[in-house]
Amino acid sequence: MDERPSILELVGVTKQFGGLTAVDHIDLKVREGEFFTIVGPSGSGKTTLLRMLAGMETPTTGDILLRDRVVNELPANRRPTCMVFQSLALFPHKSVGENIEFPLKMRGVARDKRKARALELLDLLRLPQSYYARNVTQCSGGERQRVALARAFAFDPEILFFDEPLSAIDYKLRKTLEKELKDIHKESGKTFMYITHSLEEAMVMSDRIGVMRAGRLVQVGTPEEIYTQPRDRFVSEFMGEVNVIEVRKGANGHAVGVELPGDFVLPGGAVPFETAHLVVRPESLRFLAGEGEAENHLRGTVYNEYALGSRIQYQVRVGEKVFIVERLRQQAYQGGLDQEVLIGWDAKDSVLVTD
Amino acid sequence: MGEAALPRDDSATPPQAAARRRLGLRAGPLYSLPMLTLLAVGFLAPLIAVIGFSFSEPRSFDWLAEPTLENYRTIFDPSNTVYLSFLWSLWFAFLSVLILAVICYPVAYGLAKVFGRWSMVITLLLVFPLFISENVRLYGWVLFFIKAGVLDGTLRALFDAGIGDFLFTPEAIVFGLVYVYVPFMLFPMTLGLSMVPNEVVEAAGDLGASRLQVFREIELPLAIPGIIIGSLLTFVLAVGAIAESKVLGGQSVIVITHDIEIAFTYSQNWPLGAALAVLLMLVIGVLVMTVLRYLDLDRILGRR
Repeated sequence: MDERPSILELVGVTKQFGGLTAVDHIDLKVREGEFFTIVGPSGSGKTTLLRMLAGMETPTTGDILLRDRVVNELPANRRPTCMVFQSLALFPHKSVGENIEFPLKMRGVARDKRKARALELLDLLRLPQSYYARNVTQCSGGERQRVALARAFAFDPEILFFDEPLSAIDYKLRKTLEKELKDIHKESGKTFMYITHSLEEAMVMSDRIGVMRAGRLVQVGTPEEIYTQPRDRFVSEFMGEVNVIEVRKGANGHAVGVELPGDFVLPGGAVPFETAHLVVRPESLRFLAGEGEAENHLRGTVYNEYALGSRIQYQVRVGEKVFIVERLRQQAYQGGLDQEVLIGWDAKDSVLVTD
Repeated sequence: MGEAALPRDDSATPPQAAARRRLGLRAGPLYSLPMLTLLAVGFLAPLIAVIGFSFSEPRSFDWLAEPTLENYRTIFDPSNTVYLSFLWSLWFAFLSVLILAVICYPVAYGLAKVFGRWSMVITLLLVFPLFISENVRLYGWVLFFIKAGVLDGTLRALFDAGIGDFLFTPEAIVFGLVYVYVPFMLFPMTLGLSMVPNEVVEAAGDLGASRLQVFREIELPLAIPGIIIGSLLTFVLAVGAIAESKVLGGQSVIVITHDIEIAFTYSQNWPLGAALAVLLMLVIGVLVMTVLRYLDLDRILGRR
């Protein structure tokens, strides 16, 4: 569907440190102008991968191609790419203006041209021009973020890399900056490659997401695809709280619960399997008045409820297992706690994963 | 906050606090009392004595008599060549700092950024010589450099060409100063360099800076506090050094500290020696203050 040419291509990229394989045979194409995010838990190799792309590490095997040219051995200072670090790595002994102008100064751009560009970038990133002479240590977290971004833009890179630059920022500001970053991406038209351990963050900003686990790229897709069709249990659970039911093959295309009694209707297009996991999101579960209201149902008791603002979350005990049900406030469960209830879901709202 | 709600009852205060109250001291001044005493007796008292002596009659031993500027007049008399000793001392110190800075920077960089767990071993090896008296080490160098000594003899035996008269030259003095003061330059420098965040250096490279540009724009300015501290330390120590010039320099050059020693011992002219010492302190003091003001150490340190 997206036919833009690829700007960055990874072919079997592997990085080993001693006996440890940090990045394991990664193949990937990043398209021109895309906002691509790599998500993974800490230790999944995502930072090592990004450092190889930026030129701060060299791959043990495999090739990195930038516009069809192999750049494996090209050092960072000669790559047309730029990275925004987690620590931001601003130069503490330089002013905001000097920080932003740094890449231009390195190229020998004249002083007045540098300044003009720096002021332009301050505007672009919604920082007052009076900040030009300010010391970077006097800036707040969000302002420092913007200075780092302005500095990267001054470099005018073909790809911008981001190494979890928002992880140290408080929740509210982070939400603002996520949206701002997406706006800036749209305005600049540059290729952004972002890494984070927060899939929520990835969802908000990205055109496509790659999920990493133990050095491997587990799944690549749009936020929609990752959310609705997780390839395995890891991806589905990485998305947040989900209900996972262990099942084995049953009669006439149905599945039979392993820990739970029951016969479940499977979503269409499920692959053949012996044992598998049926994943149902909390918001796909609903309270039923009768068994006929949904294709699949379970009987349990409401153990507790938690208000999440616009939504309410319930814990429902079914045998030994606890299910999480999430409803909008308008569709709240009306009964009391510890009462027996019927919960259910339609087959199309569930995903079958085989490992 | 919570304390205000408690009833004020002096009998309930712990005994230490009560003792402190009797002395009329807060914890800070109390704990610094031993150090203050040591400084008063070991630093302030001799300083006052030296300043007092510098204003006494030449060749007298009575520093509380009528003050006179006679000693300073002697030193500043155009026929007196003691200014040469000052110049030699300052020149040697300056040269040592320069050479040490060049020698130590790569090593300090290695210790701070490259050697990793080997840093500890290398640091220990560099510290070991300090366990042996400086004089003993300097006499060791005499044996090494002396005509027909270890180096000269070996070279002559192997290549039939010796090193000639290296010992008892100004060069030998500088060699001695550089050798003795390596740790005083190296360790502050290492500290300064280890304060440069790796990511900041990487970011500079990523933004297109060459190795040389990274050094000039990032590493050096961020490590400068350590480098300045190391330089000042070695400079002050080298100006005040005496053993190197006496042992390795022979009588080739008389440095100012040697002049002061002669005045106090051989010539028995304490007031003249004291006046020279006061002048030396002034020269060093003014130089150090100028450097500190020019480089604004506080601001550099305060920025992190």
